[in-house]
Amino acid sequence: MTEISSEVDGHKLYEGQEVKYTTCYMCACRCGIKVTLEDGKVKYIQGNSSHPTNQGVICAKGSAGPMKQVSPARITKPLLRKEGAERGKADFEEISWERAYDILSKRLKKIRGTDPKKLAFFTGRDQMQALTSYWAKQFGTPNFAAHGGFCSVNMATGMIYSVGGTSWEFGGPDWDRTKYVILFGVAEDHDSNPMKLGIGKLKDNGGKLVAVNPVQSGYGAVADEWVPIRPGTDGALIMGMIHVLISNGLYDRKFLLTQTNAPQLVVVDEGGADEGLFWQEDGAEDSDTNVNYVWDTVTLSPKPFGSHAGVKPALVGEFKTPDGKTVKTSFQLLTERVLNDYSLEKVSHITKVPIEQIERIALEIGVTARDETITLPIEWTDAWGNHHTKVDGNPVAIHGMRGLAAHSNGFQTVRALSALMMILGIIDRPGGFRHKPPFPRPIPPCPKPIDDPALIKPNTALPNPELGFPTKPENLLLEDDGSPVRIDKAFSWEFPLTAHGMIQNVITNAYKADPYKIDTLIFFMANMAWNSSMNTSKMIEMLKAKEKDGSHKIPFLVVSDAFFSEQVAFADLVLPDTTYLERYDVISLLDRPISEYTGIADSIRQPVIDPPEGCEPFQETLIKLANKLGLPGFCDDGGKPKFKDYKDFIINWTVAPDTPVGFLSGWRGKDGRDHLIGEPNPNQLDEYIKNKCFFQFELEESLQYNRNINQGYLNWALDHKLIRRNDPIVMRLYSEVMQRFRLSAKGLRPGRQPETKLQRDRIAKYFDPIPFWYPPLEDATVDGKKYTIHAITQRPMVMYHSWDSQNAWLRQVIGQNFMYMNPIKAAELNIDDMQWAWVESAHGKIRVQVKFSNAVQPDTVWTWNSIGKMAGAWNLNPEANEAKKAFLLNHLIAEEIPDGAGGVVSNSDPITGQAGWYDLKVRIYKSDTEGAWPLFDPIKPPPGIINLSGNEGKTK
Amino acid sequence: MKQLALVIDLYKCVGCHACAVNCKSWNSTGQFGPLKDHDPYGKEPTGVWFNRVQTYEVGSFPDTQVINFPKSCMHCADAPCVSVCPTNASFKREEDGIVLVNYDDCIGCKYCSWACPYGCREFDEFEGVMKKCTLCVDRIYNTDLPEDERQPACVLSCPTRARVFGDINDPQSEASKAISKGMGYKLMPDSGANPSNHYLPHRKVSVKVDDDEITVKKQGAIKAVRRKVDVEEVVIEDFGIGG
Repeated sequence: MTEISSEVDGHKLYEGQEVKYTTCYMCACRCGIKVTLEDGKVKYIQGNSSHPTNQGVICAKGSAGPMKQVSPARITKPLLRKEGAERGKADFEEISWERAYDILSKRLKKIRGTDPKKLAFFTGRDQMQALTSYWAKQFGTPNFAAHGGFCSVNMATGMIYSVGGTSWEFGGPDWDRTKYVILFGVAEDHDSNPMKLGIGKLKDNGGKLVAVNPVQSGYGAVADEWVPIRPGTDGALIMGMIHVLISNGLYDRKFLLTQTNAPQLVVVDEGGADEGLFWQEDGAEDSDTNVNYVWDTVTLSPKPFGSHAGVKPALVGEFKTPDGKTVKTSFQLLTERVLNDYSLEKVSHITKVPIEQIERIALEIGVTARDETITLPIEWTDAWGNHHTKVDGNPVAIHGMRGLAAHSNGFQTVRALSALMMILGIIDRPGGFRHKPPFPRPIPPCPKPIDDPALIKPNTALPNPELGFPTKPENLLLEDDGSPVRIDKAFSWEFPLTAHGMIQNVITNAYKADPYKIDTLIFFMANMAWNSSMNTSKMIEMLKAKEKDGSHKIPFLVVSDAFFSEQVAFADLVLPDTTYLERYDVISLLDRPISEYTGIADSIRQPVIDPPEGCEPFQETLIKLANKLGLPGFCDDGGKPKFKDYKDFIINWTVAPDTPVGFLSGWRGKDGRDHLIGEPNPNQLDEYIKNKCFFQFELEESLQYNRNINQGYLNWALDHKLIRRNDPIVMRLYSEVMQRFRLSAKGLRPGRQPETKLQRDRIAKYFDPIPFWYPPLEDATVDGKKYTIHAITQRPMVMYHSWDSQNAWLRQVIGQNFMYMNPIKAAELNIDDMQWAWVESAHGKIRVQVKFSNAVQPDTVWTWNSIGKMAGAWNLNPEANEAKKAFLLNHLIAEEIPDGAGGVVSNSDPITGQAGWYDLKVRIYKSDTEGAWPLFDPIKPPPGIINLSGNEGKTK
Repeated sequence: MKQLALVIDLYKCVGCHACAVNCKSWNSTGQFGPLKDHDPYGKEPTGVWFNRVQTYEVGSFPDTQVINFPKSCMHCADAPCVSVCPTNASFKREEDGIVLVNYDDCIGCKYCSWACPYGCREFDEFEGVMKKCTLCVDRIYNTDLPEDERQPACVLSCPTRARVFGDINDPQSEASKAISKGMGYKLMPDSGANPSNHYLPHRKVSVKVDDDEITVKKQGAIKAVRRKVDVEEVVIEDFGIGG
């Protein structure tokens, strides 16, 4: 045995051994990890026990990290599609980085000097939007977004526009104290280990867990009650539950009166410019910062909203204002909605959930919230100067995720979810849903997207971000004729509140040159040619499509990836990226930090091993490109680079010269003693590494609750530049933003109005200021008698998208997906267990192997997502089960649906642009032949690929 | 006599495979490894795993229960794998009850895997020897590791903390307490092997709302329960809680 050469945190290390801390990226959960290395190779990865996110635990994906480093699919050379080679064949020549930069920078320089929006830059699961969005903004193109449009923008915006915060990185259940948790549409997705830790705590504390999900996999398996709902109907279920709660007086009156706009007075007189807006004294103009009024039952007159001495606001009722307007409270309007439109009989019919179960669960949460109140002896002061000696909480927590989000009715469903949480009084209180700073933020947050095409100019940075939160039609990015400016048609009349952009539209619109032809499309870590698109087969054809002159319709496609994904095969230029263990990264407060309920936290990745020769972190590539292009922000006025590499950028970049806020909040200031705000600290990254790669700042207890109206917190957040205003963040039971758009559509609001009847009808219908349920849009466009079965996917707990079939351990856990079908349905369809069958949607079909399951709602079939692979991709054997037996449901999902006026429109939520990929309806029938279909010609691994397969056994 | 074992709470197991994969990772380079894979990127890869998670469904819709069931060597008190082993390669340690295989003495005859009632033996066809869970014996006594990490890899990794490790013959151990508190049971108790690992069964938390809990406080609550009404007719009086 060799001698112990060092000791790190209790690890005695022998020569050649090292222990290093960094942040996981086997999924987007961002757990802290401890990596043991031996002779420069990854030996073992475990959870970092001092890390706030995962507290020492680690999932299957994170545990399999060492095998990612020995993936057979590793790309190590820049690749250029061979002259004359077809896209999709992966027929590349290896080129030098110099040549890659030369090709790319010349092309980008020309675009930037003529029409910057001809560059479209879309990123997948990157966690580095702070850099990528800044880069695109400095380049001057509005055509930037990450993957939120495909992922869960409905979950984000639905709550952000309602309660001022959202789930996962920005909030979640108070697992330590809650006594009742309902999960709506939550599979493995977000967040992973924190949710599992929380479920374990809930069980230790004897709390009840309810899973509302068509499928009882994963968390459903440990739920105390399963609600097998029909997909896409959660909004109706929630409205039914609100009906029960309000009918039985089970709403938190005080919370509604002080923290939400429930008592605020809405003008119900029709036909005026103020129809459906909050009543204002002396006809003051509607604005984002109005205080609004309540009806004082003492003086029988409108008084400004807030907790004011002597004022007793009415929660329900209809009143006449001094200027003769008829007004109702928001709560009155919601109550009328649920009582009139959501009888339990109707809700049960829509959702297939028995009336008894709906009513019982609603009463259970109502009574738990009312009677099991938690009181903490914490003093705090509200926004109206009232001092409180305690913090109360109703211990019911509700968490929603993709099952709500990925439907074309998802935004309004998440609005309903938010309303349910408001009625129970469980926002940012003990035992309920807790915010994580920088949230709550004003509703919606202040940044607005660029709203004027004239600001997109050659050789000029955009003055505003590409993405933001519109509050009125004037915030949209439209041409003078009302047509979209962005290639993905985000912030258009078709899709107004597209806070995350619409990555799912990029290929389709670029192919159609609608609204215009682009030149270069850059994808980073986005597998748009496969599992991250709807209608994959057609995406592939569009990527390959050519003009009459033989040039491609999408002229130049650049892909950055560390691995040989399907998308790589379609690239013209491939830039070999690094893995998460080989580079610096920031998990920034400017993007999606790892904050906790108690305060802020952010983290970094550090390179714990060297990348293979030829690989370069994409961040370095962006900095180098910015320097070559002389982008402002990256270079000084003379075009001289300000940052020599990404590490330098992380440390020294600040939001503005006079705003010393940077990517990382910890150890700022010359001496490293400041946090959040402070001069750049040259030793900042060393400090992070010393602290196991994260920074955490805990707020004093008085600032940890009721933060929407907690003046101490709001002041602190303003002082530390987390928010731009410190007025109370009053939650929106009733959304005036929705009503502004609706008024424009009705022609009642001055200013910008939709151009076409189609646009007007669409906005008038869906921009309802009160949450409501409508059938997913696909229902109206396909033959409902023919396509009767819902088909959805769930993310397995051992696989993150398409990444993990290259992982020798994880693919042993799941190497083939089946179509799970309830035997009740199978009997109707005369299909046997393990039989191969055709699954057909309105525009395509696939062949799958059916497996019986009693753990699925009978009108629904489901499968694991992203298991099916294009033969040869990820450098798997082309005969691999993933290519021959596994399948991809995406082929069946329409990327566009009829718009009802002879045209087509993206298959997405008409409010936020969230892709509606859970809306799919199919029919299923026996197949005489076996094997997955469609099959694709195998793609061959490109040059420069390395196969390090380190764990392959050799038989004796 | 000391008997180390795992106590696994099925009511907390979400079937995430963290325990299985982290086990595979630790033991691949641990003293009882490697845990090699066959055809890792080929048609149908297989490999040696000390811990595997199976998923079952019980009952018919809608009374369905999915059960995730992690399974590894039970470190039986009367381990049949030990008694059938012709070379004494399989042995049970007196000091802590862990059942191990001495790879040097194992001839790969597979008698033990036929004798094991739980199917928890893994034949390593590359080395021609039988392998299995060691309860991370190379971790739990390993003074090169920090003290709080001297636990099996599966226990440290488990994201719902469904696994407890300890001496089930010591009534004061966390493992024994978990068994008595959670109605721990042994898999197939009549197998004759007297397994040491225990499982805690699924439990169901229910919340009962009595009529009086609603009716007492709902007087005057918004009227119109399950009643079809037109907008104009909705009778609303506000007597919600907490006002």
